[in-house]
Amino acid sequence: MRFIASRLLQAIPVLLVVITATFFLVRAAPGGPFSADRAVSPQVIKALNERYQLDQSVWQQYAAYMTDLARGDFGPSYKYPGRSVNEMIFGGLPATAELGLYALLVAVGIGLCAGLLAGLRPNTGQDYVPMTIAMLGICMPAFLLGPLLVLVFGMRLEWLPISGWGDLPGDKVLPSLTLGAAYAAYIARLSRAGLLEVMSQDYIRTARAKGLAEWRIVSRHALRGALMPVIAFLGPAFAGLLAGSFVVETIFQIPGLGRFYVQAAFNRDYTMIMGTTIFFSVAIVLFNLLSDILATWLNPRLRLALRKGSGT
Amino acid sequence: MQKINRGSRFNKSVRVGVLLCLLCTVIVAGGCGSGESNVASGNREGILYWGNGAEPQELDPHIVTGVPEHYILIALLEGLVQKDAATLQPQPAVAERWRLSADGRVYTFTIRASARWSNGDRLTAHDFVWSWMRALTPKLGNAYAYMFNPIVNAQAYATGELTDFSAVGVKALDDLTLQVTLDNPTPYFLQLLDHYSMFPVHRATIEKFGSIGEAGTVWTRAGNYVGNGPFALRQWDLNKKVIVEKNLLYWDAENVRLSGIHYFPTENLTTEERMFRAGQLHRTSEVPVGKLDFYREQQPDSLRIAPYLGTYFYRFNTRLPHLADVRVRKALAMTVDREAIVEHVLRGGQQPAYSITPPDTLGYTASSDLRYDVLAARELLAAAGYPDGAGFPPVDILYNTFEQHRKIAVAIQQMWKQALNIDVTIRNQDWKVYLDTQANGNFQIARAAWIGDYVDPNSFLDMWIADGGNNRTGWSDPDYERLVSDEAPSAGSVEQRYAILGEAESILLDAMPIIPIYHYVSIHLVHPSVKGLPGNLLNNPNFKHIYLQAEPAAP
Repeated sequence: MRFIASRLLQAIPVLLVVITATFFLVRAAPGGPFSADRAVSPQVIKALNERYQLDQSVWQQYAAYMTDLARGDFGPSYKYPGRSVNEMIFGGLPATAELGLYALLVAVGIGLCAGLLAGLRPNTGQDYVPMTIAMLGICMPAFLLGPLLVLVFGMRLEWLPISGWGDLPGDKVLPSLTLGAAYAAYIARLSRAGLLEVMSQDYIRTARAKGLAEWRIVSRHALRGALMPVIAFLGPAFAGLLAGSFVVETIFQIPGLGRFYVQAAFNRDYTMIMGTTIFFSVAIVLFNLLSDILATWLNPRLRLALRKGSGT
Repeated sequence: MQKINRGSRFNKSVRVGVLLCLLCTVIVAGGCGSGESNVASGNREGILYWGNGAEPQELDPHIVTGVPEHYILIALLEGLVQKDAATLQPQPAVAERWRLSADGRVYTFTIRASARWSNGDRLTAHDFVWSWMRALTPKLGNAYAYMFNPIVNAQAYATGELTDFSAVGVKALDDLTLQVTLDNPTPYFLQLLDHYSMFPVHRATIEKFGSIGEAGTVWTRAGNYVGNGPFALRQWDLNKKVIVEKNLLYWDAENVRLSGIHYFPTENLTTEERMFRAGQLHRTSEVPVGKLDFYREQQPDSLRIAPYLGTYFYRFNTRLPHLADVRVRKALAMTVDREAIVEHVLRGGQQPAYSITPPDTLGYTASSDLRYDVLAARELLAAAGYPDGAGFPPVDILYNTFEQHRKIAVAIQQMWKQALNIDVTIRNQDWKVYLDTQANGNFQIARAAWIGDYVDPNSFLDMWIADGGNNRTGWSDPDYERLVSDEAPSAGSVEQRYAILGEAESILLDAMPIIPIYHYVSIHLVHPSVKGLPGNLLNNPNFKHIYLQAEPAAP
């Protein structure tokens, strides 16, 4: 408990730095939220600046923003005047989170299978084939893989819808695969390496010497150790899936958060940039913490060290 | 022994693992026999699936500024008049008729007695007075308030100089009579009434959620929205789609043939094109250049290309010494091979531009001496003191980051190098940075575009007056301003007015503060079942008259 609390406390200064830096950086960037190709009259600019308090000094704006933020209010979006940033983030979150979750399932499912297959028979065909595919998966960016999958499964074979989210049956498959692929490849490599390392440990030799069946050795003794790096990776991976869904959301017309994140920067939608940045920072901090906790809980050595530490 | 044992056991678990993987995929993919396409079901049920290009900023006609919003607002609201989708001639809409005074300054509109809001309220002349007052309220920050400028005192009210709206030239003489008084006869005034900034809004609804000068209240949400157009807002799913359905209380509901429209915020062009191919859309907002040839050859029926009232051009920064010389500007303008750009880079049937106003803008065509002439251009450059480009300072072309702009800039870079032997660098900036750079005059030559707000040469010519805000070249000419601002508005006839504007455009082209490059076309993919959607200069559909006919035309 103390471990969790201290980690959470550590996160606060990190977030404060992120918030402050973002706040001043977006305002320092050239081009304002209301600049447009078609000249806008000075009166209109003045009215808009007054509405969003952009006529005040940056420090006043900062103080006002932090006050609102303390109340959990991200403010109104500049680009979408009828929407609050809170509404847009929580409107886009379900789709992005769902997509992230499915992508994670894909990543873990395919990644583990491939990685364990490869790790059990290193330097054989059973190793090379999945690992080559994994290498390709890491190298292939979503903006290439997405259209490719669409072309094959959507257009040629007509098995799956090519876009949308929750409109047509099966329309969540291709986006989840696309987003999960790179992570699946990564997990495959991690679990292969983990398994190889564990299989060379003394206790595995002991188990073998005792005459245990190989699958029992793997499932009972090796797997837990082999999975450690994968589990440590899951937290950052999920945060990355959330924040990195922009490309996939655009390719597949998914009403998620990632699209706002990138668009907000182009639009100089200050509050939206702040809101999404803060949201993703919090998500990253939380998921890192979560995977640390999980890793600690799974690793007896770490658990023990922690208990000793809190005892003194 | 052990080894053999291990192998066989192990193969089993491997097989189980692989099976599990496959099973996962199958389960996720389960139940995905691609059903009926949107187009097929839409054709049966009268629902149009429209690729709208982007998520609408808002659905408040006095706040928004974009094209995607326009396509939704013209379904939800209706102005006094509308334009015929084929000819763009003004047609009765909320106003069943109108009268123009002999001096051309006073319009008297008769509102049709059957006009209703979507909640059943009667729509009266007072609604227009209040709506226009709102549109001009300074605090609201309506970027399109300038559309009202022809009306007496409208500009003064919008800038806050005048606070009494009764001095503005808009009066409700009775419930069904609206009188609008203009400063000058304005031939294009009726066209403006079809712009969303002049649409009426429902006062009681807006006041229920906020004050007259308050923007961004929830009155525009589905469930709250009260409109007067042929369709009513049914659903607005952020970043997913906007659904409108036929408004049964609309005065002309019996002639509305669609039962609804689904608008999709299709930001990604290639995704949009794939959606069209998969039958998820009836119409796309654009077409990727790389797909043009495919559709030309394979599905010419689906490719709709029409002239669009807009011009792509380069601005000179005439404040810079070497670009202040008109001979230099002309030499550069004369060595842009527009035909080559249109044919090899754009490939969508765009027209090379030799004037700023597109040809045949409501019967007006500028006379232009501009032509592609390398020899004459070299002479001009030599006369300006740079024989064969010697001593000419490096020229820089600024454009906002976009593949097509880059291609055009690269082409022009080569043309100038070959023809004039001058060195050109090209520089791209993110859209907002580019706007800032241009507004600050921190450029030499900058890519630009102008789309007409209404079909009249004035829409392309009044931007070049000195304090126009859209000029940005540093060029001005008192004769030009006199012609455009004073003489043209008080001209006695259309011919006289066009002659005056033509004279003004000649002055502009003779000074060449800009390089016209090409006139736009609108390019869409439209499913052959969509009828009643003729292309027009403003790319302005009339959803009221669109219908869907499923059977293919081919035998």
